[in-house]
Amino acid sequence: MKVLSKVYTALIFFFLYAPIGVLILFSFNDSKSRVTWHGFTLKWYEELFNNDQLMDALIVTLSVAALTAVFATIIGTVSAVGIHSLGKRMKRVFLTVNNIPMVNPEIVTAVSLLLIFVFVSEATGWFEMGFLTLLLSHITFSIPYVILQVSPKLRQMNAHMYEAALDLGCSPVRAFFKVVLPEIMPGILTGALMAFTLSLDDFVISLFTSGSSAQPLSVVIYSMTRHRVSPEVNALSTILFVTVFVLLLVVNIAQMRDDAKKKAAR
Amino acid sequence: MSVDTIIDLKNIVVSFDGETVLDDLSLSIRNGEFVTLLGPSGCGKTTTLRIIGGFVTPDSGDVFFAGKRVNDLPPHKRQVNTIFQRYALFPHLNVFENVAFGMRLQKKKNAEIKERVAELLKLVNLKGFENRRVHTLSGGQQQRVAIARALANGPQVLLLDEPLAALDLKLRKDMQLELKKMQKSLGITFIYVTHDQEEALSMSDTVVVMNEGVIQQIGTPQDIYNEPKNAFVADFIGESNILDGIMRADFVVEFFGRKFACLDRGFAPDEPVDVVIRPEDIDIVEPMKGHLTGKVTEVTFKGVHFETIVDFKGFKWMIQTTDYYPVDSVIGIVLNPEDIHIMKKSEYSGLYGDYSSYSEEFDELADPTIDLTDEGGGESVD
Ligand SMILES: Nc1ncnc2c1ncn2[C@@H]1O[C@H](COP(=O)(O)OP(=O)(O)OP(=O)(O)O)[C@@H](O)[C@H]1O
Ligand SMILES: [Mg+2]
Repeated sequence: MKVLSKVYTALIFFFLYAPIGVLILFSFNDSKSRVTWHGFTLKWYEELFNNDQLMDALIVTLSVAALTAVFATIIGTVSAVGIHSLGKRMKRVFLTVNNIPMVNPEIVTAVSLLLIFVFVSEATGWFEMGFLTLLLSHITFSIPYVILQVSPKLRQMNAHMYEAALDLGCSPVRAFFKVVLPEIMPGILTGALMAFTLSLDDFVISLFTSGSSAQPLSVVIYSMTRHRVSPEVNALSTILFVTVFVLLLVVNIAQMRDDAKKKAAR
Repeated sequence: MSVDTIIDLKNIVVSFDGETVLDDLSLSIRNGEFVTLLGPSGCGKTTTLRIIGGFVTPDSGDVFFAGKRVNDLPPHKRQVNTIFQRYALFPHLNVFENVAFGMRLQKKKNAEIKERVAELLKLVNLKGFENRRVHTLSGGQQQRVAIARALANGPQVLLLDEPLAALDLKLRKDMQLELKKMQKSLGITFIYVTHDQEEALSMSDTVVVMNEGVIQQIGTPQDIYNEPKNAFVADFIGESNILDGIMRADFVVEFFGRKFACLDRGFAPDEPVDVVIRPEDIDIVEPMKGHLTGKVTEVTFKGVHFETIVDFKGFKWMIQTTDYYPVDSVIGIVLNPEDIHIMKKSEYSGLYGDYSSYSEEFDELADPTIDLTDEGGGESVD
């Protein structure tokens, strides 16, 4: 029985990771072939870095992810604090409303964002589809995840701590920065990393909201693969996979450390 | 308002979600006094403290601090500091920084802060704990840090919300003494909240007894104990036997169909009153020599004394005695004038001070109900 369950687990992991393994392997393959192994090379990585289209897309992707992390985290944290200070019923209403976009099919979010961007840009002429709309859409879909990370930290906080800071002479704003913020920091950091990886990850929404002037990697790769899958894409995917993997590892280790500390406190 | 009144609450009304929590509460507190707010859970003690601290704004009424109206002054500008019901230390700071928190805000010099923190930690017996994280401290130690932190700003008034509730009995007793000593040596006003009547009596200069958002009585611990104003106070502070009586004249009260001499006067002739007799004031004598005779129904050993429940004509009293009288023995009691305390009738009359329900409550209540339903069933069939 025990052996069987081990085999089962191994099989699951094999099917989950085999495609990625193959992809990583063939990013080092010294041939355009996707079937046979012709020896180790780094030339696809070299070509990748000389491919302006891909490099531009990478820059767009990374800067959108970074900016999304910053703005979504700030807006999400402020919202979470606001929601936390509401009465019981309103709090529940807002948290439910917050959950809806996360379970909403991505394509619906994408189309609705596209519609509003087109509407506003045609009505006002302030902007065209491009980097700004891409960034705005990423911030929009990331905010609920930040709120979801920060809210529990606020709930777990001793409610009197903020008052104790006021009591000792802090103005409300100061009390927030000196006492509340350090307490909910783990939640904020997790939220920021989530926003970053979600943005890095996104394809459907980006496809609709990016326009032609600033296309992120996922969109560029998609349009490239319609002609042929260049091994450069393998190389790029490998880099992305490793980046996300490392980020997730960091988040999980941080969380484990935090939990261990909490346990020790008890 | 006299000069040495530090805090004055005038006709405070507070309600949450349409429910009145404090109802026309007025209270004035003298500088340097140890005042305790005492009352059952939910009676509005914490709310009263929070009004003084500035965390709750009253719906109506005024708050004065040293003669100035401070209704609209936010908490961080008030010269009071609070020790919260659950300490609320800052977990991301160590003991030193927790205590130094207020002084850092005031931009005091490092050397001065260091000196003051050391002094405060010595005061609360936590010398050498400067670098400890607060979550590595025991409950009692965290309590001391909270005290040091609140005292660091040199407040004129310290608000303490059940600061000892989480500690075990022995530690609580020690801390009671320490707090009292601290208050005396610092000479500042302590406003202390508790629902433990023993704690209130042993520590306070003045006790304020509250129930359901209304102050029932304000007085010294002796006053509150010996001269309770109504049945609620008499019952809440210590144990009391409370019976119906009639004031036949000044210094004469009648109950159980018998006249007794007492020390109270100023009632209308034949005015119905509540009579309070403390369990420890009752002297037990031979049945023949007593004013009243009764039968022991229950005895519980309490360490210092026996808690004896005695049935007098169907009304059960509690008597505390150092002698053991077994169940079913018949005893007599003598009531001296100073053992009898007379109170005006109040909304609480008849609600407290009867020990009939003290023993075998459920047996006595359950049996008749069963009988009744049986009878009822039989009749309807007929
Ligand atoms: N922020 C609030 N919102 C709604 N109701 C409240 C709030 N604060 C207090 N109450 C209610 O007001 C009443 C008095 O509460 P308060 O905390 O003053 O009682 P307390 O005497 O301190 O009780 P305890 O001994 O249990 O601490 C309670 O019924 C409580 O439910
Ligand atoms: Mg309370």
